[in-house]
Amino acid sequence: MEEKKTTVLNLTDEEFVYPGNRACTGCGLNILYRIGLKAIGRDAILVVPPSCLTVMQGLYPITSTQLSVLNVTFASTAAAASGVKAALRAQKNDHTQVVAWAGDGGTADIGIQALSGAIERGEDFLYICYDNEGYMNTGVQRSGTTPQGALTANTSINGKRERSKDVPAIVAAHSPAYVATCSAAYPMDFHDKIKKALSLKGLKYIHAHTPCPPGWAMEERMAVAIGRLAVSTGIYVLYEIEGGEMRLSEPSAKLLGKKKLPPVSEYLEAQGRFKALGKEAVEKLQQEVDAKWAAYRRQHDVALAARGPQS
Amino acid sequence: MFVFESGNVAAATGVRLARVQVIAAYPITPQTPLTEKLSEYVDSGSFDAEYVAVESEHSALAVCIGASSTSARTFTATSANGLLYMAEQLHWTAGARLPMVMCVVNRAVGAPFNIWNDHQDSISQRDTGWIQIYAKDHQEILDTVIKAYRLSEEVCIPVMVCYDGYYLSHTYMPYDVPDQVAVDAFLPPYEYRHTLGPNNPTSLNTVTLPGGRPDIHGEFAPGYMELRHNLHMEMKQAIDIYTRIDGEFAEIIGRGGNPIAEKHLCDDAEYVAVALGSMANQIKDVVVRLRDDGLKVGLLALSLYRPFPSEFLAAELADRKGVIVFEKALSFGHSGTVCADLQAALYPCASRPPVWNYILGLGGRSYQSADFYDAIRDCVERGSAKFDNPGWIGLGR
Repeated sequence: MEEKKTTVLNLTDEEFVYPGNRACTGCGLNILYRIGLKAIGRDAILVVPPSCLTVMQGLYPITSTQLSVLNVTFASTAAAASGVKAALRAQKNDHTQVVAWAGDGGTADIGIQALSGAIERGEDFLYICYDNEGYMNTGVQRSGTTPQGALTANTSINGKRERSKDVPAIVAAHSPAYVATCSAAYPMDFHDKIKKALSLKGLKYIHAHTPCPPGWAMEERMAVAIGRLAVSTGIYVLYEIEGGEMRLSEPSAKLLGKKKLPPVSEYLEAQGRFKALGKEAVEKLQQEVDAKWAAYRRQHDVALAARGPQS
Repeated sequence: MFVFESGNVAAATGVRLARVQVIAAYPITPQTPLTEKLSEYVDSGSFDAEYVAVESEHSALAVCIGASSTSARTFTATSANGLLYMAEQLHWTAGARLPMVMCVVNRAVGAPFNIWNDHQDSISQRDTGWIQIYAKDHQEILDTVIKAYRLSEEVCIPVMVCYDGYYLSHTYMPYDVPDQVAVDAFLPPYEYRHTLGPNNPTSLNTVTLPGGRPDIHGEFAPGYMELRHNLHMEMKQAIDIYTRIDGEFAEIIGRGGNPIAEKHLCDDAEYVAVALGSMANQIKDVVVRLRDDGLKVGLLALSLYRPFPSEFLAAELADRKGVIVFEKALSFGHSGTVCADLQAALYPCASRPPVWNYILGLGGRSYQSADFYDAIRDCVERGSAKFDNPGWIGLGR
């Protein structure tokens, strides 16, 4: 059964983030935070490690967020969220949602141990990683999810040498209740995946691709356009994993029917951070993306065949 | 009710009687039997608490930070390198002013690897903003855990209850377990001062500027430095508050009276030995023996190490002929850490006794009553003659 999708027409008007916060102009996180909190609602406690989000929330004694937020140390997000949840259990409170919200550094690198531990224990909370593919809050250094070849402040000549960590796959290998990838360029998809995640028991993980104008060296007005290019060129894939089954989400699923996707160079060339990538590297990347989509199409055809003729 | 059990079980009993709601811990020797006991209580249904089996000490304290911020009474325990792995979280807990109790079952810090007892682990964390109390026997372990929750929740500062690995953690001693009704009368349920939840949303531990600035109502809101000053001043007040709490404990439970330090044959003593933890118990007998020899020696068994009871110690020790500090930790390149603090406490006094310092027992190196006897005698007989401070007991043994 097709779930009812949220659109701008039926999205709640209630705002949970005050205007005039400290996000950079054109920040992808700002979109995710504003729309994400609408999906989460007021009966929730957020747990946030040091990151752009800490700064965006505001400086003591003011805050731009209308929900309860517990700011914790960099490595401890998932463990602190476990503690909040344990306290709620001890108080017989089974309605207040706990949502951990960390960046890619706080998730893929320093925070991965606590995240892994929490999933293994079967903790019941939602973990959101907003992946802007670098340590943007400290001035754009490489992180575990920075793509190969991207220029950062500490890989400043030839770009990052290593491939990026596939965090959703690492998380999925733990068999949590739910894994989804999202993009700040598709906020309604993010909204509805949060809604779905919060309806499930156990640990839910959402990984959100988050364009960052200063970190990606792009024009502020281009955040959504570039986020969409990442999806339309097939380099970033939106999907959900439930019960071990992976399913492409609509913006990516639509690409299955297309014979040829726009070249990844369109996505790469729109950003200054990839200017060290040579022609060969771009071609290699294109081949990888093509191979990935060829595999998706084969799986899709096998699945269609297995389903048999439609009535 | 008297029981005959280990020090770790005494700590677990204190935690259960304190009606702790959330426990998080990671195994490390010699702490393990304590948290194993707690998981047994929780699993068997005899103790209604949430037990979170975490993947590291850093996470253990993170769970406690999350739970304490959400109004749950929380507990963790660790030793040695586990405590140091928590170091970042120790500062965070105290800075966030979260009430909490942690047992530190004292063990030597690696490298090289060593699982035996000394005090370097907790002493090295003395400046994290935690209150530190050292127990010297099983009864004190149990009672201190319960009193520590009262203290922690009154002053909003976390408390470490430290006790010696093996000497206390794994040995058996008889001790009295108070009944739950009495403990409930002494220790009210925990309620956090800020509500983390939907009813009155609060953003805790946000980025704080060096300077203060007005809040949305125009009231002065403190900056980082004011908050640090508050922690310092309120920590100092904890000495008097703990003394009052100990009095209330004595009234209800019937035990107590030495919250800062226990004095043994001190009143007329010319020379006073000072020590933390289980070695203080051992020195009690030594002091009696020295008295038999005609030397006027007493013992001050220090329990409260942070906040440091400077005024108390100055009043007790300023007019003596000499003070001998025994310790199982040191500040490398300086001296024994407790000794340095004690000397600073005596500095403003008009008459300052010589202070001798002995380091012993590092990494579980054996020491015997005869060592204390010889060391104290040596100090008394040398008078104020030059002494290589600190002296070392047991080197090359």
